[in-house]
Amino acid sequence: MSATFLGLPPFPEAARSAVGDSRTRHNLHKATHTIRGKRDAVVGELGDDWRRLRAEGERIKTHTLRHLDHHLERLEESVHRAGGTVHWAADAAEANEIVTELVRRTGETEVVKVKSMATQEIELNGALEAAGITAYETDLAELIVQLGEDLPSHILVPAIHLARSQIREIFLDRMSEWGVPAPPGLTDDPHALAEAARVHLRELFLRAKVAVSGANFAVADSGTLVVLESEGNGRMCLTLPETLISVVGIEKVVPTWSDLEVFMQLLPRSSTGERMNPYTSTWSGVTPGDGPRDFHLVLLDNGRTDVLADTVGRQALRCIRCSACLNICPVYERTGGHAYGSVYPGPIGAILTPQLRGMSSEVDRALPYASSLCGACYDVCPVAIDIPEVLVHLRERVAEGPGHLGEKAVMAGAEAVFGSAGALDAVQRAAGLVGGDLPRHLPGQAGKWTDTRDVPDVPAESFRQWWKQRGKGQR
Amino acid sequence: MRIALFVTCVNDTLFPDTGRAVVRLLERLGHEVVFPENQTCCGQMHYNTGYRRPAARLAVRFARTFDGADAVVVPSASCAAMVRDNYPRLGAAGSRLSRKMADLGPRVYDLTEFLVDVLGVTDVGAYFPHRVVYHPTCHGLRLLGLGERPYQLLRAVRGLELLELPGAAECCGFGGTFSVKNGDVSAAMGFDKARHVAETGAEVLCAVDNSCLMHIGGTLSRQRSGVRVTHIAEILASTEKEYAHA
Repeated sequence: MSATFLGLPPFPEAARSAVGDSRTRHNLHKATHTIRGKRDAVVGELGDDWRRLRAEGERIKTHTLRHLDHHLERLEESVHRAGGTVHWAADAAEANEIVTELVRRTGETEVVKVKSMATQEIELNGALEAAGITAYETDLAELIVQLGEDLPSHILVPAIHLARSQIREIFLDRMSEWGVPAPPGLTDDPHALAEAARVHLRELFLRAKVAVSGANFAVADSGTLVVLESEGNGRMCLTLPETLISVVGIEKVVPTWSDLEVFMQLLPRSSTGERMNPYTSTWSGVTPGDGPRDFHLVLLDNGRTDVLADTVGRQALRCIRCSACLNICPVYERTGGHAYGSVYPGPIGAILTPQLRGMSSEVDRALPYASSLCGACYDVCPVAIDIPEVLVHLRERVAEGPGHLGEKAVMAGAEAVFGSAGALDAVQRAAGLVGGDLPRHLPGQAGKWTDTRDVPDVPAESFRQWWKQRGKGQR
Repeated sequence: MRIALFVTCVNDTLFPDTGRAVVRLLERLGHEVVFPENQTCCGQMHYNTGYRRPAARLAVRFARTFDGADAVVVPSASCAAMVRDNYPRLGAAGSRLSRKMADLGPRVYDLTEFLVDVLGVTDVGAYFPHRVVYHPTCHGLRLLGLGERPYQLLRAVRGLELLELPGAAECCGFGGTFSVKNGDVSAAMGFDKARHVAETGAEVLCAVDNSCLMHIGGTLSRQRSGVRVTHIAEILASTEKEYAHA
């Protein structure tokens, strides 16, 4: 069974149980701080060059998105010229139908997969499963998540919430159901775990006739698709099977090959904290005698053109899925990814998911508030997405909608008080009369404050009262 | 210099000692402080929670209240950042608000910025014989880019021992309405911040924002840590003479 995010509670509720999970908190703290440290080092060593690369990354993406129709048509022509076939999918259902049909036509009942956010987004594995096709995840962390019937909790490291002892248990319990079992004496030594995964996957790579991938970039002028990875498992999927189907969001297009120069520096340094990732695979259509004989590119919209129509929110489409914002986020560090109820967790998820899915559900309306607006995400974003700005913008869309009656009343009351210095003074004087005798536990929403923190004493005299008295004394 | 004080609604109502400290400090340095009494709130709570129109009305009120001031000093980095960074986003391009803020915005300063950049002082003649840690609040650190300024001011205070705060750049978890809308995450962040503070062995935690301090201080108090919190203005206003009298 493919796991799904459907039916999970809204962020504050999901976060409550996540925050209370001591083992997950420990795993996340350790992992995010390790990656943060590596990123800081390789970004820091570039000095002012980093600022220029970031500005250039932002510029290329912004420019491309502004002329997206043009670049997509060029991409289609280039892929076609190189011997590939391009399919356009308006939404998840269309994309899933296209991929399922393409696999069916090969007569195969299994596919190997390269790590791909787009296929997670459309829940392709579930759709294939319903059509009697088994999808095997081959990225190590995706494999762990799939074997454990778990959900990914991070864009780059989907199993970040698990410790190696938990991974060992999953391998021992579940590998045999999917293929080559884990060796009986398996320890939680990272090398032993990697070797078990290697043996398990190798059989699949050699057997599979069809592969499904995503792409980090799609180059319009050459029709080249690009995948960056660390393990080489993606390379196996991209080169060994006869048929390759790549599902790619329409925002992944870059105009020219030389634009990659910028992103090949921004992405590895921001994501894994490396100067260069171990494996970069590029392919343009098909090449006789070398790699897949049949190549299909499925270009996925699934809400992206709606995002493009929002002048503030559209910057989220610049995202290159590096995860730096997740790794730096103090909220993500404490809740993990599942609480965000989407394959895109963390700060980028909080602005991308509600825009892609629309804000009709409670889960999606809660996401823009899943941030203290500390701004660390914006600082580390390699394409300068002002995530706090978009969060506030989306909060406006929520606040303008129905519901939130209590909050609206509080905000209107506050505006009435702040609308006149006299009213503020009157409230302060009334509060001063009650003075420092506030109860230790306040009722209603304020109770959320006093559950864990003491409240300050209310002073007998406000600043403005003091100022008035002082003026009289001086005169 | 004639300095207009924007004390902020939180300081005005809950932390008047901070406002008094700013007045005492700036007057001691030889400047005149005025308090335009029409001031209320910068509108940050409304803005950050998604209530743009009330925030815009409060921004207009601010612009009118402080129109023509030589300098506006704010003992809150996040309110100063609200005025400087977010007011321009509230007014339509070419509107009266955006024209006024283009003029007034650059003269709105957080207290530590004003002391170091405008008055050019780092030694304000203060005396505070305690072990202190400084928490660089998010808006001070990332929106205003206060950098070394608060540390320079604190290092020049006689008797003060400045300790290093581990994980200093990490948010304390206050975040305005975030602290109740996502109370559990906010508390978890506050707990970690308070733990880092207590582990330094400091007697006093200071910052440039009382709202963050209210959150961390409330947590420290609930933990019975014995660490007290105070706005940096109160440390900088404190002198040897006042200590002798106390």
